Amino acid sequence: MTLLSDPPILDVRGLVKRFGALEVLKEIDFAVAAQELVFVIGPSGSGKSTLLRCCNRLEEPDGGSIRVDGVDLMDPKCDINAMRRRIGMVFQSFNLYPHMTALGNVTLALRKVIGRNRRDADAAGREALERVGLADKAGAYPAELSGGQQQRVAIARALSLEPKIMLFDEPTSSLDPELVGSVLAVMRDMRRAGMTMVVVSHEMRFAREAADRVVFMEAGRIVEEGPPARIFAAAENARTRAFVAEIAR
Amino acid sequence: MTPLERFVDTFLNPRLMARYWPDIAQGMLVTVEIALAVVVTGVALGLGLAVLRSYRVRPVNALIVVFVDVFRALPPLVLILIIYFGLPNIGVNLSSYAVLWLVLSLVLGAFAEEIFWAGILSVRKGQWDAARSTGLGFGRTLLYVVLPQAVRLAVPPLTNRTIAITKNTALGTVIGVAEIINQAQTAVSFSGNATPLMMGAVAYILVFIPVVLIGAHVERRFAWRRA
Repeated sequence: MTLLSDPPILDVRGLVKRFGALEVLKEIDFAVAAQELVFVIGPSGSGKSTLLRCCNRLEEPDGGSIRVDGVDLMDPKCDINAMRRRIGMVFQSFNLYPHMTALGNVTLALRKVIGRNRRDADAAGREALERVGLADKAGAYPAELSGGQQQRVAIARALSLEPKIMLFDEPTSSLDPELVGSVLAVMRDMRRAGMTMVVVSHEMRFAREAADRVVFMEAGRIVEEGPPARIFAAAENARTRAFVAEIAR
Repeated sequence: MTPLERFVDTFLNPRLMARYWPDIAQGMLVTVEIALAVVVTGVALGLGLAVLRSYRVRPVNALIVVFVDVFRALPPLVLILIIYFGLPNIGVNLSSYAVLWLVLSLVLGAFAEEIFWAGILSVRKGQWDAARSTGLGFGRTLLYVVLPQAVRLAVPPLTNRTIAITKNTALGTVIGVAEIINQAQTAVSFSGNATPLMMGAVAYILVFIPVVLIGAHVERRFAWRRA
């Protein structure tokens, strides 16, 4: 579905990140094409979340280059705040603003970053909530919503800014099992609408059915990548196979 | 005179009450005025310093920490005396009212800074991440996302501290601020009777009970469920 000649939406090269003496990312090369859905799996501490957080510079890389939609994020002249609204991010712990309603959460950046007036922002915000199936919860505070609903509001908050790419950092890991489905359903819709997505998650079934590519990371390196059918059933690397067997249990 | 009559005559003498209540009322007005001014400037100073501190400029933060520690450590009376009797020597003449307001504002500012700062630190890092990831800059994240949560957390301790410090307006009496206790003492020395002091105590209760009640109300209003 993707032309090989298209420039990647996300193009990471030689990415290095250290926490003190610990090298968490060791010269990672990682590219994501338009409309691609890439799953990143790996044991905890392998650097998958750090890789994701470097892609919008929530973590400051120590080396390498990151291009999003052709713009070099490491360029000192790059307006990182302008770029970040093009890079949606969804967190394991939702991180909704507890003092604002669902609509308030979704419209804050529309109003304060893009500068839309309240009426326009509210309209766009309601549309985004509609997309995640929560149009009726616009006035609810996060504490009044279930985990699955909170995560969908968080997705709407990112979507409303019309991002070029969405990064998901374990979006379902802190959800009760019966709430996972509603979040995955929204992600499936986004994929159908052509959103480019990078997902750090161990939702194997979802990966198998929806991912174009699965990337296995270990100890700060990408060990192996390929289509889900191969990675989950016939990985070349022994460590990949061992890990897949572990999470499949 | 029976002991009871002597007690009433000494502490609750109606004749003296009638004579001195206008003075005590005048003192109440002064106390309320200075207390209000101290609350406004002290809380604003504390909030301003906490915001400044969150930018984490090292020399600035070192100064803030020194200021906060010094003004929390020193008894307000010491500061009042030093400033009231010291500043004229370098050519700065402040009225006793201004000195009392200034000192208590600085002391409340120091305590309020620590309380707001603790509030800012207790807002989870994920809140910053979420806001920054949508393109909000540091200042806007602080203003729209972090401070509203930090201020809510700060309200209960801040209310207590504010009450404790505004009561220190009584210290103004040593430099001649005509607040409640100063008026009462003057009346005591004229009348040779403790009744005006009792009236002063009642005046404090009249001033501060509403503050305590308002504080409790504010705490209830700001206690909201955390997601």
